[in-house]
Amino acid sequence: MSILDWFTKDDARNSRYEERLNIPGDLWAQCPQCKEAIYLKTLASNFRVCDCHYHFRLSPEERIQMIFDDGSFSEIDTTLEAVDFLKFADTEPYSDRLKKAKKKTKHADAIVIGMATLHQLPVNIGVMDFGFMGGSMGSVVGEKIARIIEHAIHNKFPLIIFTSSGGARMQEGIMSLMQMAKTSAALQQLSEVSVPYISVLCDPTTGGTSASFAMLGDVNIAEPGALISFAGPRVIEQTIRQKLPKGFQRSEFLLEKGMLDRVVHRRDMRNILTTLIRLLNPHTTKKDVV
Amino acid sequence: MKALDFEKPIYDLQEKIDELRQLAASTDMDLQSDIDAIEARADMLKAQIYASLTPGQIIQIARHPNRPNTLALANLLCSDFVELKGDRCFRDDPSIVGGVGTLGQYRVMIIGHQKGSDTKEKIRRNFGMPHPEGYRKALRLMKMADKFGMPIVTFVDTPGAYPGKEAEERGQAEAIAKNLKEMTGLCVPVVSVVIGEGGSGGALGIAVSNRILMLEYAVYSVISPEGCASILFRDASRAEYAAEKLKITAQDVVDLGIADRILPEPLGGAHHDWQVVSETIAAALADELDRLSALSREAVKADRYQKFRSFGRYKDTAIQAVSALPSAKSSKSSKKKL
Ligand SMILES: [Zn+2]
Repeated sequence: MSILDWFTKDDARNSRYEERLNIPGDLWAQCPQCKEAIYLKTLASNFRVCDCHYHFRLSPEERIQMIFDDGSFSEIDTTLEAVDFLKFADTEPYSDRLKKAKKKTKHADAIVIGMATLHQLPVNIGVMDFGFMGGSMGSVVGEKIARIIEHAIHNKFPLIIFTSSGGARMQEGIMSLMQMAKTSAALQQLSEVSVPYISVLCDPTTGGTSASFAMLGDVNIAEPGALISFAGPRVIEQTIRQKLPKGFQRSEFLLEKGMLDRVVHRRDMRNILTTLIRLLNPHTTKKDVV
Repeated sequence: MKALDFEKPIYDLQEKIDELRQLAASTDMDLQSDIDAIEARADMLKAQIYASLTPGQIIQIARHPNRPNTLALANLLCSDFVELKGDRCFRDDPSIVGGVGTLGQYRVMIIGHQKGSDTKEKIRRNFGMPHPEGYRKALRLMKMADKFGMPIVTFVDTPGAYPGKEAEERGQAEAIAKNLKEMTGLCVPVVSVVIGEGGSGGALGIAVSNRILMLEYAVYSVISPEGCASILFRDASRAEYAAEKLKITAQDVVDLGIADRILPEPLGGAHHDWQVVSETIAAALADELDRLSALSREAVKADRYQKFRSFGRYKDTAIQAVSALPSAKSSKSSKKKL
């Protein structure tokens, strides 16, 4: 039996194998798109992008390491934590979901914010973590985004946010809806001081996240093949009672429809971002320009 | 008038009263004392039922097809209301309507969702579920109001923004996001009244306001209870339970510090008396606009920003406090190297 026989087309089994393969010591990962097995070291040296161009989802640590100058990142506001103020329970209490997500991701919530440099140019960054309750936006995510925007207003360094989120966190009810307005309101303030904001939309960016700060970049960039939508494909298919065409709501589709400036391969992301912030930021001093 | 299921006992009694009245008219019998007795019982029953509505029942009232709608209210509030149409880009979206008129001593811009009341109109108005061009029309009108110094009143009543193919193609997410951002930049007072269903981002897209008022039986939610039940509970039949958990009633939304004020409705709901409802709304709007108009343009804008900036509940373990009103600065003690 070859190693490829381990990977069946069965989704349920695949996800089990993927989980199994994610534990240290395993050497292979399976591409969810082309279903090929990829040697992990090859994947790592290739920005975690498969030969078929599938961009594997990244943890905030992986993404920061890949894009920003080595060791330049300092995280802020690590001590903000979610509160189950509605005593919400669906199939599981919200407080239990939070505990599990914290344990799994080692993060307090679904976004990491802080300062870093890109080819020595200082930037304010936010990186969302889909692994934390689907990257959903509750009060902590909204507050951290507002705070990093306020840092940008204050220090005049550009802002870059990488999104990966299913939308608002239903477990916080209408308070999560209000985070859409809060983050967008903070971006309005940023606009008024002419500090550039680049939104990098990663797979997936949907619902309340796409309908707020993710779509509001001065420049909107997406990773290839990312699902970017307001309503999810399943909801739309139920509404219109027909199958959606292949590629609908993927990055390339949004580029064609005029919603994005560019679709950028992960290997080129660092350089493109550097060039853009160097060109756009009116607050950049001459000595910053390299 | 469409009877909601929990209202059935009231309507049954009302039917009995009507029968007795007819009987009294066609014979010489004096039935007045019986009629009075049943009427008294009907009133008691009404008071009982409407005093202890569940969130699931309240949402039925919020969705009642005969509730007052934006265009009706605009015409009741302003004798000179003129509707204005179109986004100047793609088309006129009939799910969101807007126009200008005089409200008391103010020239105002009124914008709101429009669901439609009969089947034909409901279809034409897409059940009050806007496409991106609806939000773009709303923004065009808001910018016009800003330019001419007119306060803006928005009426919220939508199940949500339309989850359709063309809506996605034309940038539903971008259209809503842009409204959220640009509304923060407006320098004229904005007052929103949730008159029926405040459905998620589709509602918020015209409701980034200085003041958020809610009719007594209106609801405001991040997701419909049905949607929440099928996503989180994987069981659509648990909508009633989800409605409770999500805290969507006017009282809940006020308790959470998001809505500012509840406007009382006639017994049984706003659909029983549009005139009374419009008078209640007119008085509340006059009151709010008087207060906001006393502020400078910059202060009006700052007031709106502060309101939305303060929304959120979380704790900072570095200062061991659950915060509803966070400070804008981050705590330096919480830095960590990755
Ligand atoms: Zn592949």
